[in-house]
Amino acid sequence: MEMPKPDSLVMSKKAALVARLLDVLPRDAVIEDEAETRAYECDALTAYRCPPLCAVLPATTQEVSEVLKICHAMDVPVVPRGSGTSLAGGALPTADCVILGVAKMNDVLEVSYEDRLIRVQTGRTNLSVTGAVEADGFFYAPDPSSQLACAIAGNIAMNSGGAHCLKYGVTTNNLLGVTLVQMDGTIVEIGGGHMDASGLDLLGVICGSEGQLGVVTEATLRILPKPEGARPVLIGFDDNEVAGACVADIIKAGILPVAIEFMDRLCIETTEKFAKAGYPDCHALLIVEVEGSDAEIDAQLAQIMQIAATHDPVEMRQAQNATESAAIWLGRKSAFGAIGQISDYMCLDGTIPVSELPFVLRRIGELSKEYGLAVGNVFHAGDGNMHPLILFDANKPGDLELCEAFGAEILKLCVDVGGCLTGEHGVGIEKRDLMGHQFAPVDMEAQMRVKDVFDPKWLLNPAKVFPLETSAARRA
Amino acid sequence: MLTPTTEQDVAEMVRGANGSLTVRGGGTRSLETGAGEVISAAGMSGVTLYEPGALTIVAQAGTPVSEIEAVLAAENQRLPFEPPRMGPLLGRSGESTIGGVVAANASGPRRVQVGACRDSLIGVRFVDGHGDIIKNGGRVMKNVTGYDLVKLMCGAQGALGVLTEVSFKVVPGVAVETTLSLEVEDAAGAVAAMSAALGSPFEVSGAAWSEGRVLLRLEGFADSVAYRVEELQAILAPFGAVSVSEGAASSDIWKAVRDVASFVDQPGDIWRISVRPSHAPGVVAALQPQQVMLDWGGGLIWARVPEGQDVRTALAGVSGHATRVKGAAGPLRPVDAPGVAALTAGLRAQFDPRGLFSGALVTELS
Repeated sequence: MEMPKPDSLVMSKKAALVARLLDVLPRDAVIEDEAETRAYECDALTAYRCPPLCAVLPATTQEVSEVLKICHAMDVPVVPRGSGTSLAGGALPTADCVILGVAKMNDVLEVSYEDRLIRVQTGRTNLSVTGAVEADGFFYAPDPSSQLACAIAGNIAMNSGGAHCLKYGVTTNNLLGVTLVQMDGTIVEIGGGHMDASGLDLLGVICGSEGQLGVVTEATLRILPKPEGARPVLIGFDDNEVAGACVADIIKAGILPVAIEFMDRLCIETTEKFAKAGYPDCHALLIVEVEGSDAEIDAQLAQIMQIAATHDPVEMRQAQNATESAAIWLGRKSAFGAIGQISDYMCLDGTIPVSELPFVLRRIGELSKEYGLAVGNVFHAGDGNMHPLILFDANKPGDLELCEAFGAEILKLCVDVGGCLTGEHGVGIEKRDLMGHQFAPVDMEAQMRVKDVFDPKWLLNPAKVFPLETSAARRA
Repeated sequence: MLTPTTEQDVAEMVRGANGSLTVRGGGTRSLETGAGEVISAAGMSGVTLYEPGALTIVAQAGTPVSEIEAVLAAENQRLPFEPPRMGPLLGRSGESTIGGVVAANASGPRRVQVGACRDSLIGVRFVDGHGDIIKNGGRVMKNVTGYDLVKLMCGAQGALGVLTEVSFKVVPGVAVETTLSLEVEDAAGAVAAMSAALGSPFEVSGAAWSEGRVLLRLEGFADSVAYRVEELQAILAPFGAVSVSEGAASSDIWKAVRDVASFVDQPGDIWRISVRPSHAPGVVAALQPQQVMLDWGGGLIWARVPEGQDVRTALAGVSGHATRVKGAAGPLRPVDAPGVAALTAGLRAQFDPRGLFSGALVTELS
């Protein structure tokens, strides 16, 4: 993965830049020592690393504005950072950039149960947003698997999803307003507690813009009353395609489960070895979760099992209580970790029309043989968001490159069957050079024009999302 | 009137335009009277792809909403956001199109549960002011590839270009629906009752206050609805005696709320006001309207006031906005705050550098 050459002129201004940053920030909020900037050299896409010129940790919206004014005046690129959990390299620095971390801003500013919203500073972690309201019976719905660590700022930048978005939607569907600081330091309030925009839906285009349009320092989020209960059923099949057909039948029957998760044989076996969830010995399994009162859950699960029964399942296991639910979820939640125990892996994030599931799984199997790299499949089947995990050996020369080439083929396949490169992780640097496969030049031009408006100098996270040659003239 | 039948036609017409263009679907909901030449989407009609098992539908922008609803109903599915029909309220005849619904981000009572039109919209194709055919999003329900221009186009009122095709995620239809209603005299009491219901785990899919009655809708499988009706009645007991409407009686209630039917053919000016639910009672008290209806749990206020009364003064210090959708002096759109206005102007200049669509999304319409 190529990154632009650092601008030596910018690098030469480091001392002056740090001095000016110290005019507006306390000493401990400016990190310039090379030993310490290393802490910001990568996000969760750890294959790529580069320490920034320096990092800043402002504590208020006003401080963010002051920092951005300085960087804007000195033509220094800025890479915003939430908790650094991006799997796409969204927070990967360049050597000539300032990392702007929002970690110090994590207060709850307001909770209104009457309006069913919470306003937070965006350094707050996803799970602690729910933590602030769960005692009163509410929760924040988007639940990326990194929710213990990931920040709302990053969730907004990447429009993060999670296992439960089939019912509750992704970040953009649960975001009511933001305080945005533009690259020139302008602070703009967009949206609020009301439910629609007065004019253009700026909030909609800011969410998912990968930190390229501004730094979001505060957010108004929709909170929901917690369901009375939730329980899954686990269904094992001897065949991936049959599992896929079962998913389509459940959806067509008019049931809208809160989650439909899929695991294939490699993931089932690996997970069993490490998590010992007691999964059946089979080729594919589904975890289908529904919500409501006990009686409502029983009725929906019975209906789902009736549908599944027509697909010759190897085993069906309905959770009767919280302990049994946890046992069913244990394997799924341990899947990534378990795979990580046996091998290095790359996690993909393409989305496909659900109807293409059997074909895509078969084709991934064929490609796996061609490339000589194993693939496990764990994904959100209800919405077609796949997470193929390609296993490789980081210590073996050429294996990472082989893995990336294989990954690129899978993502192109997702696009070719009517899907997209990324369902919830974002483009970052990881999928940047594949954008031309999904979008025509005019499509990318239209998107880049949006950035031209918010950040005319292209200083905010400039080397992401768009292929470098596509954005070259604007970054120059 | 320009009547393209393909998006290539639209592109050529936009490139060849030398004056203002006004985009029109069915002509049932736009507030603008139209500047320059009308470019009609009506010739681009039809469902192009529908996959019930994937919960997705794609249609050309000029497709009548009723046609899409019928296609979905045949598979027991529906658009989640129940698009309102504004024709009767605004005194327009004609058939509402899906492109018009998207351009207006038109969203009915289920907004409180499943979101607005923009939350179900997963893909668009459009021709921008350069005459370029642009696609964004697609036909899968989880997609974060590139910027979300889908949302930007939704509600843009034709200011950024001409929509040619739209894609939605859809939801299963429901077996039964039931409405609980109770008499509540004032807006404060109504919002309190609606907030209590919406803050419960019983999945209320509509919360309105119309003609002195709070209306709460429950939908789903029969046993589940029966259970939730009982639970919700207990929650509502402190607010008054609850009566129950089922089946067609219930769906008629929500169709009337959706289309603001009680305001049709009434004298005076009609305003649509979007605020936090908890701010609605204060706004209503300040306005003293001749007639008022709350939807979205109080987040959407419909107010009928004497001709010429500017309700925006009642919004001081409140986050939200007000639009005069009908009035003796014509419609009136909200004025954006300076930061938002600057970004909006910038985006319009980028997508429509020749100002072809400058007649759309204007503040003073009279």
